Amino acid sequence: MKISSSGLNRRRLLASAAALPILAATADGRTISGNIPWSPFSGAPPRPVNPLGWYFFTPTEAATVEAIVERLIPADNLSPSGKDCGCAVYIDRQLAGSFGHADRFYTKGPFRVGLPTQGYQGELTPAGRYRLGLQALNDYTNTTYKKDFRALAPEQQDTVLTGLDESKIELKLKPGFTTKNFFELMLQNTMEGFFADPLYGGNKNMAGWKMIGFPGARYDYRDHIEKHNQPYPRGPVSIYGLGG
Amino acid sequence: MARVLPKKDAVIIGLGWTGSILAQQLTDAGLNVVAIERGPWRDTSTDFNIAYMQDELRYAIRKDLFLKPSTEAMTMRNSASQTALPMRDYGSFLPGDGVGGAGVHWNGHTWRFWESDFQIKTHLTQRYGAAKIKGLQLQDWGPTWAEIEPSFDAFEYLCGVSGKAGNIKGQIQPGGNPFESPRSREYPNPPMKMPYASTLFAEKMRELGFHPFPLPSSNLSRAYVNPLGVRMGECSYCGFCERFACGNYSKASAQTTILPVLMKKPNFELRTECEVLKVNLTPDGKMAKSVTYIDAHGVEVEQPGDMVLICAYALMNVRMMLLSKIGTQYDPVTGNGTVGRNYCYQTSAGARLMFEGKHFNPFIGAGSLGQTIDDFQGDGFDHSKLNFVGGAGISCSVTNGRPITNRPTAPGSPRWGKGWKQATVDGYNNSMGFGSQGSSYPVRENYLDLDPTYTDRHGRPLLRITFDFPDNDVAMSNYLSEQLEKMTKPFNAKYAAVARLRKGWNSVPYQSTHNTGGAIMGNDPKTSALNKYLQSWDVPNVFVIGASAFAHNAGMNPTGTVGALAFWAAEAITTKYIKSPGALVHA
Repeated sequence: MKISSSGLNRRRLLASAAALPILAATADGRTISGNIPWSPFSGAPPRPVNPLGWYFFTPTEAATVEAIVERLIPADNLSPSGKDCGCAVYIDRQLAGSFGHADRFYTKGPFRVGLPTQGYQGELTPAGRYRLGLQALNDYTNTTYKKDFRALAPEQQDTVLTGLDESKIELKLKPGFTTKNFFELMLQNTMEGFFADPLYGGNKNMAGWKMIGFPGARYDYRDHIEKHNQPYPRGPVSIYGLGG
Repeated sequence: MARVLPKKDAVIIGLGWTGSILAQQLTDAGLNVVAIERGPWRDTSTDFNIAYMQDELRYAIRKDLFLKPSTEAMTMRNSASQTALPMRDYGSFLPGDGVGGAGVHWNGHTWRFWESDFQIKTHLTQRYGAAKIKGLQLQDWGPTWAEIEPSFDAFEYLCGVSGKAGNIKGQIQPGGNPFESPRSREYPNPPMKMPYASTLFAEKMRELGFHPFPLPSSNLSRAYVNPLGVRMGECSYCGFCERFACGNYSKASAQTTILPVLMKKPNFELRTECEVLKVNLTPDGKMAKSVTYIDAHGVEVEQPGDMVLICAYALMNVRMMLLSKIGTQYDPVTGNGTVGRNYCYQTSAGARLMFEGKHFNPFIGAGSLGQTIDDFQGDGFDHSKLNFVGGAGISCSVTNGRPITNRPTAPGSPRWGKGWKQATVDGYNNSMGFGSQGSSYPVRENYLDLDPTYTDRHGRPLLRITFDFPDNDVAMSNYLSEQLEKMTKPFNAKYAAVARLRKGWNSVPYQSTHNTGGAIMGNDPKTSALNKYLQSWDVPNVFVIGASAFAHNAGMNPTGTVGALAFWAAEAITTKYIKSPGALVHA
């Protein structure tokens, strides 16, 4: 049974392999002539992240980032906190993936300290910047307050974050990667988590969209464009129709 | 040793807007054409899926459809005294990638440069005297308006542009742009439906005595069948347009206007994921004989052709010429050489207004949707008492309310924390903006060449951009900001903030993917790389088509003029060149 079954599988495999140049050719460079190529299932829909656990952060890093996003987006009557909306999960998944590894970026040397108009010129990937930055942040708070960042009172955390934002605190980082760079990276990624589609791990229950009245992944506003100065009547939807 | 393939009549490098138009016209004329495209095949039904295209993170922030710097980066500096460094991520501008090129994720603004642009040096010298443009490398493009107008018309009807003519054969049309150069007929489709902000803007501009009109859009106001028989759909104002591909067949692109016809032709062949390394010349350097590319399997292939058409993005066209030694590198010190000359950009500033209790619904938008005034455009206003030449269109366009990027707050608001949240809620639906998109005029010190240090994945030098906003353009933009300031008054907004351009072009924040020049057309081989038909003066079986041919940039989005130049060059090839191959203009 086993042999015949695996024989069948093998035949299936060969049959599908033979069909490959026609059916799945869009995945590969090739010559196209006389037709418009089309093959079923060749789209690339996004995959919702698993909401559980940490893929990139160590437990200490995760707790630190959760504390940071809780202060960047604090809970109030407008929305739950950045932490409760999943911003730390979002950042973790981004850093574990192609963004964290700088897959898109030009990463060849030589690395030189550039002018402000030349953009980030450091050698570290986004993942590497978080790893170094979070360590340096806890080193700073331990020197100044004898505590990890996450253990500080909310007001102290705000003081430290303001210090990073306004370059009043200089963390021990690397040439080409300033404290201000690190703060801006965290702020940008936190806002991404709060406002991106929930499938990426943040914006839980579309809380970010509900806060401002963004209807999300809707597609057709022809019925409302000429209703000037009138509120849009429908709430948000996400790509998978999920609240997150 | 590269594998050598059978010769083709024409080899096209890049299958975006210009490559598709050239391929369509040349195959119609009976030529055997191959297009070699670095990026992947992309089409609406499979790759621009309506079920998941509305993903701001993937497409607008992580730039899924754009060229990756890891594939090809560029270096930049503001002046020749600085050391250029690579833009490790693209920011200020975002080149395209794959079939359709940047035409997949453009906004759709479809302007015609003016008659006075094509004759800019002659025009400005006649009106103000030669001293007025001293220090600017302004020069005439070559074609007359009567010659080039039919090519604009062809591109607009291909795309199904939605708009209102302002000047038909010299007759000013109510509701259109009275400053535009004469057109032969009305736009193929009526203007788009207008959102609240643009309508309010038009109302206030009319009160101020200006001449608002719907900006010409290649997002379609209604279903349309173009002259090739390709059917397009009505725009649904989804607000995921620029940076995104259209899942609705409503935004003109190679995919929605040409490829359904082109791809079925037996005399056309497309090779995707094949990166052209260089154009190979004959030993005397006077003719192109083939291109060498690396296919998706890493195999080096040589494709011979009677003609090579360089149809990549403007900046890549210039790099391809330099890597292939077609023409001579421009030298900013001596002014000699032509390839790399007259690199220009776009000079913009904006006004942001904030109200209370309004519902602007910014998420109801389209890439090219709004109202414009051209009262301060180009040379449409008198510059005799001003210390600059050039100008800007001023538009109130509503593209999107995508919240990762677009959530304006009142000036001075916090950027995070409790105060940020309230300011964001207050600002999101209460805010509108309008802005000036200004001309960019050439100066001696702004140019393109090959970087001496940084290389791509094949070891070839990256393109180096040396650019800063010239004094003339800064003066122009600041004058425009003063006009914007005055224009904010009748709105009685709670807050109004107007930006002012400063020197020091920054490559990080997004500004505009309107890079022009570097391989410009003109009448004199000493000051232009191409003749008026976009044919290389040095290697006459090479044509270089794109915004790289612009001798300067006007205060308008370039694609309308890029499309027109593609039809113009195609006409020269099919009606003149193939009958008698060789230089179409004798210097």
